Amino acid sequence: MTEPLALSLTKICRSFGPVQVLHDVDITLAAGEVHALIGENGAGKSTTMKIMSGYLAPTSGVVALNDAPVSFVNSQDAEAQGVVLIHQEFNLAEQLSVEQNIFLGHEKKRGFLLDKAAMQAEARALLARLNCQVDPSARVSDIANADKQMVEIAKALSRNARVLIMDEPTAVLTEREAEVLFDQVDRLKAEGVAILFTSHKLDEVKRISDQITILRDGHVVSQGPTSDYNEDQMAEAMVGRDVSSLYPERTVPVGSEAALEVKGLSVAGFAHDISFTLKKGEILGISGLIGSGRTETMEGLVGLRSTTGEVRLNGKVVHLKSPQQAQAAGVCYLTEDRKSRGLLLTKGMRENLTLQCLPDFTNVLIDQKSEDAALTKAIEDFDIRAPSRDVAVGNLSGGNQQKLLIAKVMLADPDIVIIDEPTRGIDIGTKQQIYEFIHALSGQGKSIIVISSEMQEVIGLADRVLVMRMGRIAGEVSGDDLTEDKIVRLAMGLDAHKEEAA
Amino acid sequence: MATADTNPKPAMRLDLKVMGPILALVVLVVIGALMNGNFLSAGNITNVLSRSAFIGIIAVGMTFVITAGGLDLSVGSMAAFIAGLMILVMNGLLPVMGVGWPLVFVGMLTAIVAGTAAGFINGFLITNMRIEAFIVTLGTMGIYRSLVTWLADGGTLSLDFGMRAIIRPIYFDGILGISWPIIVFALVAILGEVVMRRGAFGRHAAAVGSNDQVARYSSVNVNRVRMMTYVGLGVLVGVATIMYVPRLGSASSSTGVLWELEAIAAVIIGGTMLKGGFGRVWGTVIGVLILSLIGNILNLTDGVSPYLNGAVQGVIIILAVILQRDKKAEG
Repeated sequence: MTEPLALSLTKICRSFGPVQVLHDVDITLAAGEVHALIGENGAGKSTTMKIMSGYLAPTSGVVALNDAPVSFVNSQDAEAQGVVLIHQEFNLAEQLSVEQNIFLGHEKKRGFLLDKAAMQAEARALLARLNCQVDPSARVSDIANADKQMVEIAKALSRNARVLIMDEPTAVLTEREAEVLFDQVDRLKAEGVAILFTSHKLDEVKRISDQITILRDGHVVSQGPTSDYNEDQMAEAMVGRDVSSLYPERTVPVGSEAALEVKGLSVAGFAHDISFTLKKGEILGISGLIGSGRTETMEGLVGLRSTTGEVRLNGKVVHLKSPQQAQAAGVCYLTEDRKSRGLLLTKGMRENLTLQCLPDFTNVLIDQKSEDAALTKAIEDFDIRAPSRDVAVGNLSGGNQQKLLIAKVMLADPDIVIIDEPTRGIDIGTKQQIYEFIHALSGQGKSIIVISSEMQEVIGLADRVLVMRMGRIAGEVSGDDLTEDKIVRLAMGLDAHKEEAA
Repeated sequence: MATADTNPKPAMRLDLKVMGPILALVVLVVIGALMNGNFLSAGNITNVLSRSAFIGIIAVGMTFVITAGGLDLSVGSMAAFIAGLMILVMNGLLPVMGVGWPLVFVGMLTAIVAGTAAGFINGFLITNMRIEAFIVTLGTMGIYRSLVTWLADGGTLSLDFGMRAIIRPIYFDGILGISWPIIVFALVAILGEVVMRRGAFGRHAAAVGSNDQVARYSSVNVNRVRMMTYVGLGVLVGVATIMYVPRLGSASSSTGVLWELEAIAAVIIGGTMLKGGFGRVWGTVIGVLILSLIGNILNLTDGVSPYLNGAVQGVIIILAVILQRDKKAEG
């Protein structure tokens, strides 16, 4: 290994136009140490990481490598000096192979030709070092998310990264996949790599980091060894207020009639023989590993995929063959993928808000006044914080995008709302607000299905949880049984027989 | 309020994305006026506008197709085929119906029905059969071109002389000195602008072109929106053909050649994004005018050969796109 490298930021400030987003940030990443950078969306985490890795220059302050001040010309320059940023959204060419991706832009050559054998061998060695089983010649579009993350890391290592910066590496991973990643983080740490990562999952931060820096509104509000913090203290420092009661208490009892009955619903290749009942005003959680068919089942239910089986709304059999029909029947689905399926990122908030029920705003022509009124109400009801009403939605923070997405779907006034991953990639303060919205909707008598990969979320939010495994419902937990342990066992297919006997 | 739907910009700054096409048009008019005294004469202006009406009417429809993320290469040959069909039907029914306006209306109906059907075929292959728009319309482009050549047996399809005299006024007459093609073009453009800016269909087309998955998950009937853009374009090709046939009274394999590219060029010069998601009909109208003014100016002036028309148009198209490009080059 080459010599270890430490990266430090001293008195870093950064402004975008008149807006200062970082104020005198000091962070030191030591070799062989894992540093967690946490804070709410918009606290300045991304900007900090981009300055560390050469994507942005600081307005003032010093970036130093092993105490020698550096100024990266661009991200390639930073990479050449051993500092690599791994983006939250994978930066991989999906149609190329794993090996081609790892060496993209710095291919090994023999004369004019590519030295495929050498690249294959090195790719294999790198992946082996990460304990990753994936075949170097597999196409990236065919491999799992966790493996893609490993390929990103392998790519960084092939560039001899000694400072590795990871933007929410576990956001798209299941808990089990995240475990694999953490093992590799530990291994890299032992090899002397300096690592910085961000995450909204505080249990994860507690587990794998050595140092913590907490940002709020561009200021470092707290910094120190991870052992000095518990999760509540981290959350409080991030938000600046007490967040111990993240999940609201149920105030209105669940109704007794069934709003939705599903019998033997199947989505070819994804879900088999799914049956369940949703009561009026109930919040039903759906848990399970990613790939267990949760999303596909619900997409089938609202007509986004073709299905077989019987669906009853308020006791009447319905055939929902398209999202339009589902919406007309009062069933709406909120996608987990707000960036590529939920919102038009280049359009403004108004166009996005009313897209789902544009006919309601159209009387030959679109009534822009009532659209504006609807936006004003949505901004107020859902506390959407935007720099201006005309801002392109892609420039909003994840939390505000999610609030807008909820406002958009609620404009259709559905009786049944299916929310897929309501808080993915969202900071804890906004999470709390979204949980309150969901409870308020249930209080209004709407029935809600929440799909989530976060155990705590389904447990805290739902009245009852269905656990899916390999396209089937593995079991249902509620009341005192509603524990992380029970859900995990069902999701992983452990002691299934015992469950049946019970 | 002209810019309310485009991207918000600081109020006082000159926005090239919005103003670019208008400025270019003004510059061309000034150049034209300086080069030749006849340029601003009523006769020349009427001539330029009437000739641009065919492409203009088609380009308005093309704006919707491109905004919704599609493309239609077949419109030029479609126009030639419809013109041929219209002439054949009128000639064929002449012995039965006799020379007169009823026969003209049958001809018009033929053009509209044929345009609707042709648009529907393109739309069906693209939405229901899920074939790339480029490939589908490349195919139908060849088919219609070949069909009109075959119908004309390699030569020219000519409308009966008696009928020609009757339909001539559709191109050459008008109201208050404004010829019918200009009136129809203006009506189509205004209607198109209103639908694009204020109609649910225009908003849906932009949503589909911007991200069809988002549109689908938002309960927008994506296939129907796409289909309607192609059908609408087909109808407008029919309308343009109705204006065109009276001009020469004939159709041949060289009718409407390269109209598709002129229409697409006009749309792009006007600021509609080729990859879809954003379109503006008024921009397209300006794009059409810019393209026909270039030809007109080169014809009227001695300095530059009119044979360079294509070259000048090409430069303008590329310049327009460069000027309107988003300023976010990645470092």
